[in-house]
Amino acid sequence: MAPQSVFKQIIDPDSRADPYQFYSELREMPVRREDDGTYVVSTYREIVDLLHDPRISSDRRNLARPAPGEDEADVMPSLSFIGLDSPEHDRLRRLTMRHFGPPHTPGRVTGLIPEMKRIVTELIDGIADRDRIDVVDDIAYPLPVGVICRILGVPHEDEPRFRVWAEAIVETLGPGEVDRAAREKRRVETGLQLSEYLKGLVDARRSTPNDDLLTGLVTYEGPDGRMTPEEIVRTAGLLLIAGHETTVNLITNGMLTLLRNPEMLERLRAEPDMIIKTVEELLRFDPPVHFLSSRVALADIEIGGVTIPAGSPIVLALAAGSRDPAHTPNPDDFDPDRPYNEHLGFGGGVHYCFGAPLARLEAQFAIGQLVARLRNPRLLSDPPPYRPSSTLRGPRHLMIAYDGVLPAAPSW
Amino acid sequence: MRVLIDLTRCQGYGQCAFLAPDLFTMHGNEAVLYDPDPDDSQRENILRAAAACPVQAMHVDRMIVQHRHTPGPDSQGAAAFKRDGRIVIVGASLAGARAASVLRREGFTGSLTVIGDEAHAPYDRPPLSKRVLTGGVPAEHTTLPRLKKQIEGEWLLGAPASGLDLARKVVRLADGREVPFDKVLIATGTRARPWPHADQAALEGVHLLRSMEDSDALRQALARRPNRVLVIGGGFTGSEVASVCRELDLPVTVIERGSAPLSGALGGVIGKIAADLQRENGVDLRCGVSVTELQGDADGRLRGAVLSDGATVEAEVAVVALGAIRNVEWLHDSGLAASMWGVACDAGCRAVDVNGLVTDDVFVAGDIARFPHPAFGYQFMSLEHWGNALNQAEIAAHNMVSDQARRWPHLSMPVFWSTQFGVNIKSVGVPTFADQVMIAQGSPAERRFVAVYGYQGRITAAVMFDHGIWLDFYQRLIERAAPFPVDFRHADQAANDKPVAAQTPERIMPAAGATVVVTGHDPAERRVSFMRISP
Ligand SMILES: Cc1cc2nc3c(=O)[nH]c(=O)nc-3n(C[C@H](O)[C@H](O)[C@H](O)COP(=O)(O)OP(=O)(O)OC[C@H]3O[C@@H](n4cnc5c(N)ncnc54)[C@H](O)[C@@H]3O)c2cc1C
Ligand code: HEM
Ligand code: SF4
Repeated sequence: MAPQSVFKQIIDPDSRADPYQFYSELREMPVRREDDGTYVVSTYREIVDLLHDPRISSDRRNLARPAPGEDEADVMPSLSFIGLDSPEHDRLRRLTMRHFGPPHTPGRVTGLIPEMKRIVTELIDGIADRDRIDVVDDIAYPLPVGVICRILGVPHEDEPRFRVWAEAIVETLGPGEVDRAAREKRRVETGLQLSEYLKGLVDARRSTPNDDLLTGLVTYEGPDGRMTPEEIVRTAGLLLIAGHETTVNLITNGMLTLLRNPEMLERLRAEPDMIIKTVEELLRFDPPVHFLSSRVALADIEIGGVTIPAGSPIVLALAAGSRDPAHTPNPDDFDPDRPYNEHLGFGGGVHYCFGAPLARLEAQFAIGQLVARLRNPRLLSDPPPYRPSSTLRGPRHLMIAYDGVLPAAPSW
Repeated sequence: MRVLIDLTRCQGYGQCAFLAPDLFTMHGNEAVLYDPDPDDSQRENILRAAAACPVQAMHVDRMIVQHRHTPGPDSQGAAAFKRDGRIVIVGASLAGARAASVLRREGFTGSLTVIGDEAHAPYDRPPLSKRVLTGGVPAEHTTLPRLKKQIEGEWLLGAPASGLDLARKVVRLADGREVPFDKVLIATGTRARPWPHADQAALEGVHLLRSMEDSDALRQALARRPNRVLVIGGGFTGSEVASVCRELDLPVTVIERGSAPLSGALGGVIGKIAADLQRENGVDLRCGVSVTELQGDADGRLRGAVLSDGATVEAEVAVVALGAIRNVEWLHDSGLAASMWGVACDAGCRAVDVNGLVTDDVFVAGDIARFPHPAFGYQFMSLEHWGNALNQAEIAAHNMVSDQARRWPHLSMPVFWSTQFGVNIKSVGVPTFADQVMIAQGSPAERRFVAVYGYQGRITAAVMFDHGIWLDFYQRLIERAAPFPVDFRHADQAANDKPVAAQTPERIMPAAGATVVVTGHDPAERRVSFMRISP
């Protein structure tokens, strides 16, 4: 039997706790062809080039051969603009951005800071009388769902349902994992439930508008036209899903990394501003998104000494690229002081993460406050158990113990 | 605090505007505007914004320098020079200040003298034709960020240099002093080309735009709400001024000698789109004519202008935007190859003399430099680009203190940006070095597109309107001399992507508004001719 490809080893669930050990081997060949015709790109320069290359599509309908278990009808309903190319992508992204950020709504995200802080404080107050928690379930999960629901305008009482839907959909993303077809099916079913629910919300906003993002999507019409009801449902679904597991993983990976590096924990207590650069370094060092596996070559592309034929699926190994020694010195060190930290944590090019400002603030607040308020926090199991996805990689649970919780600082 | 965004690198991701909306605003979809001297109370937001920039384009309080690797230790000679050599930099603006900071970063501890004729600490010019004019940013806020270690050195400001004596190795100052050096960097940049008739130029209301004082004076004039502003010259500076006038809701007339605004820089095809953009925004644009006379009233105040077609325009303010003149006069007896296109140097930024010999101790950087570029057949290139001043100064400074084997070549592709009428325009390569142009991506009607330029079947430039995120891709195509026209399948394909004649000017003249030109192989080139020699 031929030896297993290094990429297969990486996506093997047994490698989940430490895929990094394989990334330098992966980078030895910046662009490598897998047996199934997929091209895996793993060096920083080449990934950035492809993220800015108009010959690369995010629309799976451009595949020469659809992947098993994936056909057009299944994939489309859950995609929205993350799975479309310019100019259609740009139009929908602009129509959504209009109600979320600059240039038209610049203060929306910063306007939510008090609310984000309130949620974080409440969550940490809520664990004050305990001595151990699961960072995932007790802190990391409730925060992003709460925040995105506020932005969209989803009623508080419906949040738990979102969590179930988001989890089910996210579990099925990623390259070549086992029983992909079955998961794909589950994703479609869940997607339908989510769509039904969102349709109801959209109808409600049409009759009683308010100032949330959903109302904006429903009522706005301008130079870019307006969104169809179907587009609105897909977009709202995308915002819920895309920002969910990812932010959870960032907070959890962050706590794990800091607890493994106690001297950094100390420094953060002394210099709270350091959290800003710490979160950037986390996005580089232990990012929530390891691969973008949605790309397709529209033309023959010469890159890294290889020609990727038109119609081929492409996987961009973001996490390997962010640790490319040709890009940044000592890439395997966790170093929040790293100057010039240009990482691939949020992707790049026209699909650069839409929710990045939100995710950054949520992670800065959640991790910053846990560090500031937990007395003597420590890991109860290392490595923790991981979720199966190699793409959206993160612990299923992160059990930690501590000796009490300090009150929140008044200035915070 | 001091903030500076490297807008050559910025790709308009808007992360800064999300996280510090009081300081950074997106103008249209891609152009970011900001105050370079924000209040300290904004510190946390600024740190957040700077950390979040995906391309790390933001300098806060100090100018960061990208990591580059240089192998091996210094030779004894280089080490000794670094320890106690004498370096003089002439020109205390972007290139000069950048070089000074890089020298110190490189470990140069010898004596460093920076000579500048302006009285100010080095400042940033691009805002002078943009936000400073609207009153959005006070002119004095444009001072460049303090460099990492306060650059130690002697700063002779307000002291013009009047000569360079290479035999005695001294820089002569206009006040008679002499400053000796072991190595010297020439970074005297350019100045605005004045209105040719001195008496008319002296009328109250006639403005030039190059310095902080110029910009502040024009801002005050615009704030007095003149009946009309006359912009003479539709290049980048003129077009930006017109854009500001419309933003302030002032009537403005732009006179462009060529077929369209920006046509001297980008050719007639894209110029036509720029013309539409101006007219849509209410500019009274007149092309194919020139101003023949500026007229004043009895009190010496500008009243209006006469045009070459006989028409007259009434205006209380005129902005003369006829391009730049290189500050080479002080070098006239130096023996260096200095011409109206700048001071010739090699790819390592070393100056070339009139006989074509490369000097050892004289370096050149920024708008004043004229250097050979491999992507354009090693012809000399002259440009007026912020990003080039920064890069070339870094390379010149490094090479000044490095051994032969450790020197860096200056090969970077020219990149330029401009912000006008809410559109972010970016250019890479040399758009005037082209015979054809095609719209490769997007839609000119929506003012969002990529135009690709070709010369004899090779891609030589690309110009983007609100599509800057694609710049790097086209830059790589230019570097590889990829075939023109673009014929591969790609996203965002323009509806009409047929190549057409680029309508670039036949003769390139310094006053025509091109910000980058290719000027032939002759280092001592003194003629006003354009060498379109094929590589
Ligand atoms: C209004 C305006 C808007 C601009 N907008 C853009 C833009 O949007 N994008 C872009 O890419 N570029 C833009 N530029 C161009 C950019 O600012 C220049 O490329 C950059 O300033 C070049 O820096 P430099 O240090 O080489 O030259 P300069 O900035 O010209 O500096 C040269 C310095 O040397 C001094 N000097 C001259 N002669 C002597 C002497 N004999 N002795 C001592 N000192 C002397 C000068 O007074 C000056 O201070 C703009 C320029 C202006 C004026
Ligand atoms: C730490 C948390 C997060 C990480 C690591 C992350 C990462 C990413 C990455 C890598 C992409 C690029 C996808 C691609 O190129 O195909 C992306 C896109 C996207 N993200 Fe995030 N994300 C995070 C949080 C969020 C949040 C909170 C939201 C919601 C508000 C969000 C919404 C989106 C959307 C809508 C896209 C698609 C953008 C487009 O296609 O134009 N993300 N994200
Ligand atoms: S690229 Fe950086 S500087 Fe430019 S808009 Fe984005 S965050 Fe701001």
